[in-house]
Amino acid sequence: MSLINAPSPHTRERTDTGAVMRRVILATLPGLAVLVWQFGAGVLFNVLWAAAVALACEALFLRARGKPVGFYLRDGSALVTAVLLGLALPPTAPWWLPLIGVAFAIVVAKQLYGGLGMNPFNPAMVGYVLLLISFPVAMTQWIAPGQAPAPADSLALFLGQTPADAFSGATPLDTFRTWAGDAGALAEHGILQGVLAGRGWQWVNLAFLVGGLYLLARRVIGWHIPVAFLAGLGVPALIAHQIDAARFAGPLFHLFSGGAMLGAFFIATDPVSAATSRLGRFIQALLIGVLIWVIRTFGGYPDAVAFAVLLLNLAAPFIDYYTRPRAYGHKGARS
Amino acid sequence: MLGLFRKARQPTLVFDFPGGVHPPEHKDRSNGTPIQPGPLPAQLVLPLNMHLGAPAKPCVGAGDRVLKGEKIAEPVGAVSAALHAPTSGTVVAIGPRPIQHPSGLDALCIVIEPDGEERWVERRPVADPAALGPDGLVALLRDAGVAGLGGAGFPTAVKVTLGDHQRVAQLIINAVECEPYITADDRLMRERADEIVAGIRLLQYLLNPQDTLIGIEDNKPEAIAAIRSACAGSDIQVRVVPTKYPSGGEKQLIQLLTGKEVPSGAIPAQCGVVCQNVGTAWAIKRAVHDGEPLIRRVTTVTGDAVARPGNYETLLGTPVRDLLRHAGVDGERLGRLVMGGPMMGFTLHDPAVPVVKTSNCLIAATAEELPEPPPEQACIRCGACAESCPASLLPQQLYWYAKSDDFERAQRHDLMDCIECGACAYVCPSHIPLVQYYRYAKGEIRHQAAEQLKADRARERFEARQARLEKEREEKEARRRARLEANRQKQAAAQAPAGDDNRLADLKKAVGKASSTYKAAVKAAKTAEAQEADNAAELRARADQLKAEADRLKAELRDAKAGAPAAAPTADPLADLKKAVTEASSAYKAAVRDAKAAEAEEAGDAAERRAEADRLKAEADRLKAELREAKANAPAAGAPAAAPTDQLADLKKAVGEASSAYKVAVKAAKAAEAEGTDNAHELRAKADTLKAEADRLKAELRDAKAANPGAAVKPAPAPAGKTPDGTPAATPATEEASPTPPTADPEAAAKRQKRLKALKTAYNMAHKQYKEAHAALERAERDAGDDDQERLDALAAKVDKLKAKANHCRDALNALVEEAKADIRAHTGKNLKTLKLEAARAESALRQKADELARLRDTADADTLETLDAEVRALDEEAQVARRALKQAVEEQGLVEDDQ
Ligand code: SF4
Ligand code: SF4
Repeated sequence: MSLINAPSPHTRERTDTGAVMRRVILATLPGLAVLVWQFGAGVLFNVLWAAAVALACEALFLRARGKPVGFYLRDGSALVTAVLLGLALPPTAPWWLPLIGVAFAIVVAKQLYGGLGMNPFNPAMVGYVLLLISFPVAMTQWIAPGQAPAPADSLALFLGQTPADAFSGATPLDTFRTWAGDAGALAEHGILQGVLAGRGWQWVNLAFLVGGLYLLARRVIGWHIPVAFLAGLGVPALIAHQIDAARFAGPLFHLFSGGAMLGAFFIATDPVSAATSRLGRFIQALLIGVLIWVIRTFGGYPDAVAFAVLLLNLAAPFIDYYTRPRAYGHKGARS
Repeated sequence: MLGLFRKARQPTLVFDFPGGVHPPEHKDRSNGTPIQPGPLPAQLVLPLNMHLGAPAKPCVGAGDRVLKGEKIAEPVGAVSAALHAPTSGTVVAIGPRPIQHPSGLDALCIVIEPDGEERWVERRPVADPAALGPDGLVALLRDAGVAGLGGAGFPTAVKVTLGDHQRVAQLIINAVECEPYITADDRLMRERADEIVAGIRLLQYLLNPQDTLIGIEDNKPEAIAAIRSACAGSDIQVRVVPTKYPSGGEKQLIQLLTGKEVPSGAIPAQCGVVCQNVGTAWAIKRAVHDGEPLIRRVTTVTGDAVARPGNYETLLGTPVRDLLRHAGVDGERLGRLVMGGPMMGFTLHDPAVPVVKTSNCLIAATAEELPEPPPEQACIRCGACAESCPASLLPQQLYWYAKSDDFERAQRHDLMDCIECGACAYVCPSHIPLVQYYRYAKGEIRHQAAEQLKADRARERFEARQARLEKEREEKEARRRARLEANRQKQAAAQAPAGDDNRLADLKKAVGKASSTYKAAVKAAKTAEAQEADNAAELRARADQLKAEADRLKAELRDAKAGAPAAAPTADPLADLKKAVTEASSAYKAAVRDAKAAEAEEAGDAAERRAEADRLKAEADRLKAELREAKANAPAAGAPAAAPTDQLADLKKAVGEASSAYKVAVKAAKAAEAEGTDNAHELRAKADTLKAEADRLKAELRDAKAANPGAAVKPAPAPAGKTPDGTPAATPATEEASPTPPTADPEAAAKRQKRLKALKTAYNMAHKQYKEAHAALERAERDAGDDDQERLDALAAKVDKLKAKANHCRDALNALVEEAKADIRAHTGKNLKTLKLEAARAESALRQKADELARLRDTADADTLETLDAEVRALDEEAQVARRALKQAVEEQGLVEDDQ
C-alpha cells in the first residue's frame, strides 16, 4: 500500500494560477470586441501578435534560466501581459511596436527580475511606457471612434505601410485637453458628446467594466482595487467639475475615457506588483486614481494609467510597511 | 454588514474573526449512524507520550497481567497524565513502536495482548465530587489520565489547576468541530449530551467561571438541540457559531464567543478563559462519576475507501489497521490515510500506528478524493491567502521570508502567531504548501532560540564550574595548610613528649594565631565586600575556612586541657597511648590527603608522599594496637566488653555503608540503563559486586553478633594475670609468653583484615562512583541542552551525595586502620614507626660497620678487625631482630602491605 505522504492541509480549493489567468483573459474579450468594433482589426492584430511574441520570449528565457518551460507557460501570466499591452496599443501600431513593447515587458520587466511573482513593476505597463517614451508619435496615433478601417487597411497599418491619413483621429481625452476651459469649443466637438462620456471610448470602457465585474464575481480580483481606483479618479473629478465645469471634465467622462476601466480592473489589480494587504491595495489604487486625474488634468500626457500604475508600484513596499494588518493577539501591542 | 445581521438574528451574541475558509464538509457520510463499538484488536499499542508533556513512566513490566482500567504508567512531573490498560490482558512488551507523529519516529509504547475477558479493575465512582474537593478532583483527573481529546492532548488536570489569583471569566466548551469529515463530537453530543453536561458541571465546580459557553457550529442542528435540552435550566449557554473553518481553533473560538484576543505569546487562561473540548468534558464525567479512566474515545472513521464510515468507540492503542478493517476498508482504493482532519491532520506512513487520546478522526481517502498536491507554482501575490488567514497575517510575505531563510523578518511579521490552520494553503492558487514553509521556519527559529539559550546556559555553567574548581582548589589549599600546621604541632609535641604543658602552650599559641589570622581574614573580606571587590566571596570563603581551623584548634586545646590534668596524676599510660594514637592517625590522615592531593596534582613526589603516608599509617596502627592491648590489659572493667562492642559497631557501620554504596550503585546503574549509557552494564556489574560485599559483611556481622556474648565473657579472665604496665614485650618472642593476646589477636586481626578490605572496597567504590558522577556532571554540563537543567541539578546532587559517601567510607576506613595500628602498638609495645626506625637504624649501623670493616680490612690490625667483625655480626643480628619485629607486627595486625 503506497500511501500519499503530504503535509497538511490535505485538501485544497480547486483553483490554480493558470485558471486565474485564463479568466482574466476571458474577461478582456468584451473590451477587445468593442475595440475592434470601434477601431478596426488592428487591435486584434496587436493582441495576437503580442501574445505570440510573449510566449516566444517567455519560453526562450525560461529555457535560458533552466526552468521547465511547459509548466511555467501554463501559468498564463505571459499571455495576460501580452493581451493587456496589446489592448493598450493604438490600433494603428505597426508590428514592431508590439514586438518591442512585449519583448521588453517579458524579458526585462519580468524574467530578468526572476520571473512571475518577482517583478516589482507591472510588465505590461513597463512595455507601454517604454514605447510611449521612445515612439511618442506612433503611440498616440488613434483612429476616430466608429471609423474603423477595413481589415485590409488595418493589416496594412500593422505591416508598417501607411495607407492614408484618413484613419487618424484624436481621442476624447486629447480633445478635452486641447479645448479645456473653452466651454463653447468643447460643446462643438461631437466626440465628447457620448451618452456617458466621449463617443466610442465610453463603450470600450463599459465593456471593460463588464469584464471587470465578471472578474469580481468570480472572485479573481477583490473589490478594493477597482473601487479605490475609480474613486480616486472620480472624486477629484467630481469636485473639480463642480468648481469649474468648463476647465475640468466630469467624473463620468474621466471614468469612461481612455484606459480608466482597463486600468481599474485589469492593470492595477495585477497582484504581483500591487501592495500586499487589502488596506494597502485600497490606498495604492486610490492614489493611482488620483494620480491619473492629476496627470490627465495638469500633466503633459493625455492619459496616465501607465505612469500612475508604475509610480505606485514603486510605492508598494512603502505602503505595505504602513498598512500591515494587525495580527491576532497583537491588540495595541505594535508600535 | 453580514456580521451585524447575523448578530441580530442570533439569540446570543457571537462575534466574528477575520479570514476563514469554507471547505466542503463531507460530514454527512459519518454522522448518520450511532456510535458503534470499535474492534478488540490482537494487540493494543499504548504510547507513553499520548498527551502533551512528559511521557508517563511504565509501572508494569512485560509479562504482567493487567485488568481493564488498571494503571500501567504513572504521570511524571507536573505536565503529564497516567495511562491505563484499555482492556484486560497481558503486557507483552514495552518498547519502541511506530506512532502517529510527523517525524515518523518510533516512541516507547506498552503493548498489551487482550485476553478478551474485559475484566475490570475495581472502579471507584465518586458519588459526591464536592466531598473530594478541588484538589482531590484534580488528582483524580491526573490519575485517570484525562487529557484534551480535541487538540494537542494537554493534560486536563493541569488546565483546570488555577493559580492563586487566577479568575476564570469564561469557561468555553469547544464543540465546534470545524474540520471537514469529523463528526465524533457531533455524535457524542447527540447521544450523550447529559454526560457531557455532567462533565461541564465538574469543570464549573473546579474553575468557578462567571460564564460557561458552549460553542457549536450551525451545521450540527441535532447536536445543538440535544445539548440545549440537556442544558435547559442551567447557567450553561449554548452559542451557535456560523460554519467557517477554523472557528474551532482555540483562539478563534475565544474571539467568536467573547470578542477577546489572546495576546500573542500568552495562553487563554491569562485573559480569563479556559477552553475544554466537549469530548474531554465527557471523559471527565466518566472518570469522576463512573470511576473509569480514559481508555477509549470516539473516533470518526470516514473517507471514500471505507465501506462503513461512522463513529467508533475505540480503545486507545487500537492499531489504525484494525480500526480500518473494522470499518471495511478497501485497501485497493486507499490512497491517503489521514489522522485528524483534512486541514490539520497528519498523513500516516504506517497503518500500524495506534489510536491515541487525541485521535478524533481517521480518513481513509482514495487518491481522487484527497489527491497528491499539484506542483508548486510561483506566488503571484494574489493575496487570497491573506484574506483567508484567521490570524490576520500576511502568508505570502511569511512564505517569502521563510523561503529566503529570513527568519528575523518572518518573526517580525508575526510568524509565531500562525496557528498552522492551513487556510492559506487551502486557497493558494499556486498550490504552495505554505504551512510546510511556516513549520520549517518556526522550527528553525525555535532551534536558533534554543541554540542561543544553550550557549547562554553553557556560559553560565562554565562560570559556575570555574567557581567550583576555584573553591575546590582553595579547600585543598586550606587542607594543606591545616596539615602543615598539624604536622608542626605534632613535631612540637614530639619534641616535648613528656611535657603536656609544652603541648598545651603550643596549642594555645596555635589557637591564638589561628584566630587572629581568622580575624584578619574576616576584616579583609569585609573590606573587600564593602568595596565590592571581585574576590570578596573568595576572601569570605577563606575566612570561613580559617574560622573552622581555629575552632578545630580550640577544640583540640580544650581536649588537651581536659586530658592533661587527668593524665598527669594517674600517669595513665592509656591516656598517653590514646594521645599518641590520635596524633599518629591525624598525621597519617594528613599525609594521605597530602599524597592524594599530590597525586591529583600529579606532583612528582606523589609516590614519596604516599609512602610517607603509609609509614605513618603503620605507625598509627601500631599505636592503636598498643592502646587496645593496654585497654584489654587494664584492670578497668568495661574495657574488655567495649572492644567487641566497638567491633560490632564498626561492622554495623561497614554493613550500612556497604549496603548504601550498593544502593547508590544500583541507582546509578538504573539511571544509566534508562539513559542507555554504554557503561550501564559495567555499573550494574559493580552494583552486583557491591551487593555481594554487603551480603558478606552482613553475614560477618551476624556471626560477630552470635559470637559476641561469648566474647564478652571470654576476656574476663584475661586481665587477671596482667598488670597495667604488663604490656607484652616488644619482641615477637614474647608471643609465647603471653598466651591470651595471641589467641585473641589473630582472630581479631583476621576480622579486621576482612573489615578493612570491605571498607576499602566500599570506599573505592564510592570514590570511583563519585569520580564518575563528577565526570558525568562535567560532561553533561558541557553538552547539556536547555531543558536539561533539572537533570544537571540531579546529577550535581548525586555527585554531592556520592562525595559524602566516599568521605564517610574513608573516615570509617581510616578509623579502622588507626585501630589496627593501635593494636600493633599495643601488641609490640612500640610504635611501628619506632620499630621501623629501629630497623632502619640497625640496618644503617650494620652497613656502616660493614663498610668500616671493609675499609680497614687491609690496614687495621687483627684485633681491631676481630672487634669490628664481632660488632658487625652483632649489628646484623640486631637488624634482623628489628626487621622481624617490624614484619611480625605488621602481619599480625592484618595490615596488608600497602597499608603500612
Ligand atoms: S495565495 Fe498563494 S499565490 Fe496567492 S499570494 Fe498567497 S501564497 Fe501567493
Ligand atoms: S496557516 Fe498560518 S498563515 Fe496560514 S492562514 Fe492559518 S494562521 Fe494564517
